[in-house]
Amino acid sequence: MTWLQNNGSWVVELTVRHLLLALPSVAASVLLAVALGRLAHRRPRLRQPVLALASVVYAIPALPLLIAVPLVLGVPLRSPVTLVVALTLYGTALLVGTAVDAFTSVDEQVRDAATAMGHGRSAMFWRVELPLSVPVLLSGVRVVTVSTVGLVTIGALVGISSLGTLLTDGFQRGITSEVAIGVGLTMLLALVLDGLLVLLGRVLTPWQPRRARARRRLAPEVTG
Amino acid sequence: MGIEFRNVGKTYPDGTVAVAGFSHTVPSHATVALVGSSGSGKTTLLRMVNRMIDPTSGTVLIDDQDVRELDRVALRRRIGYVPQAGGLLPHRTVVDNVATVPVLDGTPRRAARTAALDLLALVGLDPALARRYPAQLSGGQQQRVAVARALAADPNILLMDEPFGAVDPIVRRELQDEMLRLQAELGKTVVIVTHDVDEAFRLADDVVVLRTGGVVAQTGTPKSIVAAPADDFVREFVGVDRPDRTLTTAEVEGRRVVVDANGRPLGILR
Repeated sequence: MTWLQNNGSWVVELTVRHLLLALPSVAASVLLAVALGRLAHRRPRLRQPVLALASVVYAIPALPLLIAVPLVLGVPLRSPVTLVVALTLYGTALLVGTAVDAFTSVDEQVRDAATAMGHGRSAMFWRVELPLSVPVLLSGVRVVTVSTVGLVTIGALVGISSLGTLLTDGFQRGITSEVAIGVGLTMLLALVLDGLLVLLGRVLTPWQPRRARARRRLAPEVTG
Repeated sequence: MGIEFRNVGKTYPDGTVAVAGFSHTVPSHATVALVGSSGSGKTTLLRMVNRMIDPTSGTVLIDDQDVRELDRVALRRRIGYVPQAGGLLPHRTVVDNVATVPVLDGTPRRAARTAALDLLALVGLDPALARRYPAQLSGGQQQRVAVARALAADPNILLMDEPFGAVDPIVRRELQDEMLRLQAELGKTVVIVTHDVDEAFRLADDVVVLRTGGVVAQTGTPKSIVAAPADDFVREFVGVDRPDRTLTTAEVEGRRVVVDANGRPLGILR
């Protein structure tokens, strides 16, 4: 633990960098996956191709991808952009199937009634489909978040610093506690973000029955 | 505001004929029920009014205007729609469900909510339920909310698609009574689709009995249909020969008691 005391500010800086790599990747993944998921949901013919493409993208090994992204985009290898793009590709690929499921999970009767009331195309998306897809979507976002936080560490192999740097640095210099702290903080970060997403889900879906206690409280009034 | 179906038909690409050459006029402020078993095209006809379905032949007119010339979203917002059970927005509170159309139309949320609370009272719901979510209400309460929501933009036309089909008979009766009270007060032009002949007879001024494929079997007031069913299909569908529709009177202690075919008393004849 003396290592941590001596390197506290560096660890904090790496944690911040880690977050700055993970959060934009997750955010971009969600945006892309929702857009693709909605497209695939609206046009059933595109569904299989989109899902197949997602599987292929997810199957690309990480290190070659980290080399390929700078070549294609013309950004420096060590640029955070490289990692964010790569993680966004993985995140989108991982989430797009869930996004399709999320839109499919919206009750057809609700959708139909909403249309008949006069929701136009954009009102339908923003006011009905998106909010109702949150419960399913969020389960996917949690997986992507945890996975992305873990994958950020890979960037250290090509010199994009994050908590992963503690792993590469610790291995090279043989400092076990540095490695342990890198692993521990990465996992802790994933857990904390996951917890925050659970809370976010509660805020976004107050209509969802959650606790047995809440249901019991309401039960007597559900008759008649 | 009247609704005219002018020789409308709906044939699906696979050749299925849902409705064939249907003509009928719903006068302003009247309630018309479309009854028939499933496959009779009654829901298809209802959905033609707010352009959820466009006919493949013929026209639907509202106040002499072809609905196909109107923007469908704008048209739907000025027509009240009461869906079958389960049509409320599950993620919106009761008050926000009721305020849906006014908010879509640009009414500030606060004003729309205030108006929505009045509508809840109008349909006989406790304002304390306003902050609940639909899943926290009974089926009967949910359908009251659906009626309030359909009335929120003060439409002239109300379309009701099997609105009380999923609630138990006692609650259904309550909702029908409520509907009759509302209609006496508001005088909307109402088209209601139901497979329940008794509901059609209770609520509607005119009843259209449909056979499979949207063919009219008989049109008329409930009384005229019971008095003179056009053919065996109507006679059977309406249940003219049902024990509870074949009534006789019996003298009991100087009063004339109406009894059904099973001899069960229904009331006193005055």
